[in-house]
Amino acid sequence: MQRTLFTHSSLIQIMNADIRQNLRSKWFWTYSILFGGFVAVMFSTGITESQIIGFVGLSRLMVTFMQVSMVILPIYVLITTVRSVVGDRESNVMEYMLSLPVSFSGYFWGKFSAKFLVTFIPVFIALLGAAVYGNFTKLDVPWDLFTLYSALLASMIFCFLGISMFISAVSHSQDLAISTAFILWLLLVAFLDLILMGLLLKLRLDAGTVIGLGMINPLQVFRTAVLVLFDPELTVMGAASYFILDTVSRGWFITFAIVYPVLLGALFGWFGNYFFKTRDII
Amino acid sequence: MTQQLNNPIVRIEQLSKSFKQQQVIDALSVDFLSDQRIALIGQNGAGKTTLIRCILGQYNYEGKLDVFGLNPRKDRREILQQIGFVPQTPPPIKLTVNELIHFFERITKTDAAAFKNISSKLGLEIEQNLHKPFYKLSGGMKQKLLISFALGRQVKILLLDEPSANLDPQAREILFAQLKDYSKDTLMILSSHRMDEIKDIVNRVIEMDLGKIVLDKLLTNT
Repeated sequence: MQRTLFTHSSLIQIMNADIRQNLRSKWFWTYSILFGGFVAVMFSTGITESQIIGFVGLSRLMVTFMQVSMVILPIYVLITTVRSVVGDRESNVMEYMLSLPVSFSGYFWGKFSAKFLVTFIPVFIALLGAAVYGNFTKLDVPWDLFTLYSALLASMIFCFLGISMFISAVSHSQDLAISTAFILWLLLVAFLDLILMGLLLKLRLDAGTVIGLGMINPLQVFRTAVLVLFDPELTVMGAASYFILDTVSRGWFITFAIVYPVLLGALFGWFGNYFFKTRDII
Repeated sequence: MTQQLNNPIVRIEQLSKSFKQQQVIDALSVDFLSDQRIALIGQNGAGKTTLIRCILGQYNYEGKLDVFGLNPRKDRREILQQIGFVPQTPPPIKLTVNELIHFFERITKTDAAAFKNISSKLGLEIEQNLHKPFYKLSGGMKQKLLISFALGRQVKILLLDEPSANLDPQAREILFAQLKDYSKDTLMILSSHRMDEIKDIVNRVIEMDLGKIVLDKLLTNT
């Protein structure tokens, strides 16, 4: 009985169908090759043999990988996901799919789950591939760092998926959804350090406010968490990271950096689903 | 879902639907019985597709609309398990024909052989197109496959929104023959611009204009 429920669950079926459609898209392969290729290029250019401020070997490679992920992943998730719900609505795919015995929530969370898997698995495989290859070439594999970075990647992808699905569910057109996603990304990037520093200097904000602003920005949280295990001098961090780590303990911050983006993504996802199932779907 | 024959299985009272300032369905009241084959006719913008979408639970609306005594918005899975639908325009689904068939099998709990049987009668050889993405099929092939999905299921309601729009004359003939032979216990609502094509199939004609029913006539020729 449980197996029957599982195989006929609309969420599972929509997820399954969406994964298959994603695997056929050029976006997915470009993205996968980009991350896999990036790791290969880093190995071939000898990045594991270089040393900068204490980063060496695979740790150096992983930190660089995460810095690249921070730049690419949010905008990739936003741009490719914001079209999913509103795109299905505009192309009448939704009219047809939701004429079948599929629940609204099953449809929404099925697409969400599919997108999570097709976004997370390629970066995870690239990171895992680096660790396995490093181990094969007798490099020390920092498994604690690997685990932390995998969790941070999953957490950040989940967060931006929730935000993207929300934008997609409430937008009336794909153009509007993409524009909104792009503006949001620019704002989050701008608030990493530039605007924060400006506010700090011009408005003479207290450190607590700067920390608060930094910690609600998932990009800032990710960026700080990536470097938190290293760099005791805090020299490579931006101003916001410096203030944050000066105030809270590293252990606390790592927990926060994994849990907060997941909660934020779940919250946006919940609101997205709420709008989706209570409004006209076409 | 235990409806007696000739009981209304769709009951609509004072149904209204508007988009922004435009009233598309205007205080519509009508019942559809389980053995009726209804031609839903009217010009573009008359409200035919909107009415079908309300029955499918895709729109919010004012007034009352019951399908099998249930609410199409709240009890959608239970209702839609008993509805077969063919849209006016086939959607650009990226799944292959094979994947789409398996998806349908699982979602609707229907054996794929039933779909293949109907499609074969309509002149679509599924086996030759199994690995093609659905959206890359010709308009007629897409429509035939969607018709197969709707007719292959044993449902209590068939909603067909201009199902013959993309079909060649031979396939149209076969489609209408299939519809004529379809279970008499199934409520069939056929939206169409061409009454001449469907007059031999239907036993009731409803004409809509500006969201209202302007003609509701029972026919005795079937």
